[in-house]
Amino acid sequence: MSDGPLDSPASLSQALADAGYLADAPLATAGYLARRLGRPLFLEGDAGVGKTAFAQALATATGAHFVRLQCYEGLDASQALYDWDFPRQILHLRAVEAAALAGGDRPDREELEASLYDRRFLLARPLLQALERNPCVLLVDEIDRADDEFEAFLLEVLSDYAITIPELGRIAAEHPPLTVLTSNRTRDVHDALKRRCLYHWVEHPSFEREVAILRARLPEVTERLAAEVAGATRRMRELDLIKPPGVAESLDWAGALAALGARALDPELAAATLGAVLKYREDADRVRNTGMAALLGG
Amino acid sequence: MNADWGGLRERRPAVPGRDITALLVGFARTLRHAGVEATPDRVPALLAAADALGAGTVQGVYWAGRLTLCGSRDDLAVYDAAFAGYFGGATPGRLPGIAPQLTLPRPSAPFAGPDASEQADAPDAVLAMDASPAEVLRQRDLAALTAAERDEVRRLVALLAPAAAPRPSRRYRPGRRGDVDPSRSVRLLLRHGGEPTRLAYRRRRVRPRRLVLLLDVSGSMSPYADALLRFGHAAVRRHPTRTEVFTLGTRLTRISRALQYRDPDVALRAAGSAIADWHGGTRLAESLKAFLDRYGQRGMARGAVVVLCSDGWERGDPAQLAGQLARLSLLAYRLVWVNPHRGKPGFAPLAGGMAAALPYLDDFVAGHSLAALEELVQVIAHA
Repeated sequence: MSDGPLDSPASLSQALADAGYLADAPLATAGYLARRLGRPLFLEGDAGVGKTAFAQALATATGAHFVRLQCYEGLDASQALYDWDFPRQILHLRAVEAAALAGGDRPDREELEASLYDRRFLLARPLLQALERNPCVLLVDEIDRADDEFEAFLLEVLSDYAITIPELGRIAAEHPPLTVLTSNRTRDVHDALKRRCLYHWVEHPSFEREVAILRARLPEVTERLAAEVAGATRRMRELDLIKPPGVAESLDWAGALAALGARALDPELAAATLGAVLKYREDADRVRNTGMAALLGG
Repeated sequence: MNADWGGLRERRPAVPGRDITALLVGFARTLRHAGVEATPDRVPALLAAADALGAGTVQGVYWAGRLTLCGSRDDLAVYDAAFAGYFGGATPGRLPGIAPQLTLPRPSAPFAGPDASEQADAPDAVLAMDASPAEVLRQRDLAALTAAERDEVRRLVALLAPAAAPRPSRRYRPGRRGDVDPSRSVRLLLRHGGEPTRLAYRRRRVRPRRLVLLLDVSGSMSPYADALLRFGHAAVRRHPTRTEVFTLGTRLTRISRALQYRDPDVALRAAGSAIADWHGGTRLAESLKAFLDRYGQRGMARGAVVVLCSDGWERGDPAQLAGQLARLSLLAYRLVWVNPHRGKPGFAPLAGGMAAALPYLDDFVAGHSLAALEELVQVIAHA
């Protein structure tokens, strides 16, 4: 996987930037190593810091397919791996029977059974899709939401990048997908899974990087507005809020302000659009009490 | 963008004249001693990563090690310190904004309760006459036990198996009754050549809720801390993946991992070395806030049975404690407060923190004796 122009963290960082994602040096290094060593990348960090977007940008930057598996409690093999398309199997059975009746001869039982479990009746769910597509970036999002049975199951798939379907046999990936796992740390993911991965904690971006992200993602936002929004969200993160705003929120906020035709941030506009960046009433109260002018660095 | 790569390209040997592999293996071992789970099977990845990033540069070695050997955010501060200690000089990756709490290992674990000499007048001879010794022991205050009684109580606490009430899960299991299971029904039908024969049914599985124990280990709680930690150990042993134990004092410490050792004494020693604020003061509101910010809000407390063991002696502002409890009660399925003083005659919840907390609690239990801990098991199981 080390071929092509992406032969250093810096060039991966450039490719990510071309895909619209400004990664800092550590994150680009992590992505580069994951690609180079063929190991899954385990990302943790505050919500809205850009973990999911990183995986998407990685797919664009490396010209790979993108497959996302959103985890939730009760996720099982038939939703993550594959399922048989029962309605179509039954239709097929009926069609064969009808043809046999018209033709007068009985269909061969074994042949019929084999045709029932044909690849075309197999519904590929995200993990199987990721094994079959090449090249591919597989995002296993919020792994901590799935239960531990699923983790064990995922471990099996990630260790040899192959699955065995009883009726069809073994399906192995030609090139293992580049796998990115994200977690919000609602519970400890099992060590056996972490051991296989590279671990990285994603930080909030620096002020300059956040301005650059806002400018890159939202071309309609002026330089001044971007700087003021980045400055204000930065101060909000220091205010000890229930949910400090991430990059996702500052993007929403800048987008909302731009939609109102703002070219710079003033206290009235900020107060009117606060709902785009703060999602708790207590947080909004706290920011209002601190004073909008102070928030804007006045 | 170029500024970011300053150190990565300069070819400066980390330590000249030593075999790089031996150096890195030694570093992994140092890290293991410092408490990071840098198991030997991670070392090949470290070597490959260091090779890919350039083993000759400090930056390359730093990031190769950090990405391959660390497993959680708490490891990062330990990693930085170990890196600086092993390779000398400052760590290149010191990122502004990280302020993880570094809990330094402590050599001894002060688990001893009050001295046996203080206990001479405690046993109540009159009561002992008309009740069995075991029954008396069950009712005795944990703060007033002799050494032999304490051993017996420890043994009995280890037998408790606290588990939170079950809830229906999203997964199904085959059942004789319940909803029709479409996929199994169709499979049956296919097996009979497309002829409908009988329907298959499925039922929801049940799983225990997550149990979160928040134990106050400040000075005023010290007579009960040992028993409560043992209670925590029993809970973790029962459902290791569904139980989380934290200690509160002047800071928040997660001890769920340490308590997974099978032997209670080993587990308690491991937990004791992780707790830096034994017998200190109480900053309940602040520790609770740390729990909610770092774990609870993200999902650990959601739908969980949360048990808070504290006497409610709050040094800070009770209103702040009330605010944090309000947050917690909105997240938790059930919020239980265990206050050892509740079991004492004449107790009224007047301590500043306790009075502020009452409106947010679902249950308020004592937990000062073995019998009270057994009652707590019942409360948790039927919450």
